[in-house]
Amino acid sequence: MNNIIKTSMLLSAALLLPQPAQADKDYRSEAIAMLKRDFQPRGIASVDRLDEDGLQAVCNRSANNPPKEVAQRLEQDQMAAVKLPADGKLLGDWKSGERIAQSGRGFTWTDKPGLPVGGNCYNCHQISPAETSFGTLGPSLFHFGKLRGNGPDMQKYVYTKIYNAKAHNLCSAMPRFGHVGALNEAQIKDLVALLLDLNSPVNK
Amino acid sequence: MMKPLLVLGAVVGTLSCGAVLAQQVVNKPAPPKKAVTKQEAAKSTKDATTAEFEKFREVLEADSPAELFEAKGEDIWKNKRGPDGGSMAQCDLGLGAGVVRGAYVQMPRYFADADKVMDAERRVVHCMTRYLGYQEADIRKQPFSNEQNTPDHVSVVTYVASQSRGMAVAVPQKHPREREAYELGKAVFAYRAGPYDFSCETCHGDDGKRIRMQQLPNLAKKEDAMKSFQGWPGYRMTGGFMLTQQWRMNDCFRQQRFPEPKYLSDAVTTLLTYLTVNANGNVYKGPGVKR
Repeated sequence: MNNIIKTSMLLSAALLLPQPAQADKDYRSEAIAMLKRDFQPRGIASVDRLDEDGLQAVCNRSANNPPKEVAQRLEQDQMAAVKLPADGKLLGDWKSGERIAQSGRGFTWTDKPGLPVGGNCYNCHQISPAETSFGTLGPSLFHFGKLRGNGPDMQKYVYTKIYNAKAHNLCSAMPRFGHVGALNEAQIKDLVALLLDLNSPVNK
Repeated sequence: MMKPLLVLGAVVGTLSCGAVLAQQVVNKPAPPKKAVTKQEAAKSTKDATTAEFEKFREVLEADSPAELFEAKGEDIWKNKRGPDGGSMAQCDLGLGAGVVRGAYVQMPRYFADADKVMDAERRVVHCMTRYLGYQEADIRKQPFSNEQNTPDHVSVVTYVASQSRGMAVAVPQKHPREREAYELGKAVFAYRAGPYDFSCETCHGDDGKRIRMQQLPNLAKKEDAMKSFQGWPGYRMTGGFMLTQQWRMNDCFRQQRFPEPKYLSDAVTTLLTYLTVNANGNVYKGPGVKR
């Protein structure tokens, strides 16, 4: 095992241990216990959603700013779990991608189980110029392919970014749409096309 | 967040004036269809829709439909309705039995008789069950208003809130339990979990952000934190009923893709404590109007 990995694992372990005694109480643990006591399942939203996975725990404990070595190691883990399409094709249909980008449905307790989940993209990003109701939590994606190119490397970047944003930036605010099974392979391909297809209004 | 303008037109209000006015708002703003530069597009639509809504809100707040609920709440508060002649005159909102004036802007606070930190709605329900004979189980069956019904406790909260109109928020942090509630609320605010890895902070931890056209206050910051308090309880134009901060927190957790917080739980009270203490010093304008 090389030294960098060894060091990063030690750091990871240190980060996951309970915080050393502070001047005041460990409010984090107490808050988590309170959440588990005070929440109830409703619809598809079960209480196990309150449990942190490893990545969430690292981001929560480090105020979304983990040591670089830890972040890099865990980003690699996230990337290793990305499933690329077996047919090797990453560009789908941009028109379908636009519809997926528009929909903010999915995963709330008022959403029905089994329905296709939306990409929520316009909630946070500017994308096609025709849609003027867009959020600003994420960067503008207008002219994305025009500015950045749309070759195989860029296609792979966009596919993996939508599949699991945390594979690129560990504590990113963006959900891991493929990783958690919100968006399927075909949907992600369509979103890649929305951003990269030169016929997409994004690149006009 | 919702897509307010689309929702506005779709819902038929029980109060026809609300519905008619809402309809006008839908028809008015004409967001530019042709995108100019991306910055211009973002700016002009934001300005058009936001300014239009703010204008509308001013008109409505000047003669607020919330007053109907204030009046109903006042009636419940002032009359002896309890099984043994009990009334809300016995209710201590933190400033002494029966004192309503200024109480709303000084909650959440610690109440020794319940040994809990309570926000306004939690305290009002506590008193209504204790002095007026309301059953907590009944209240829990419909904690929030809908088109059919605004529950009595919501009207009482609206009345209590109206009695702090024009006063500065001054949530106490003297009692250790009050300070603890603040710290727990702060931890809840930052806690990322669920299928989308969201915390409150993911959307409310930075300046000048939006979801679609909905502005997102940076709730950790004093100037913005008041936006979690101002205008609540609020008269919802798209339906004609009152909604409280308890409802607002519930719906935030829904959109965070969390499970549902139990009504009147510590989790919600501590979060409200964190948000409201952050807003201390700002002047409360009384029950308001929401989209």
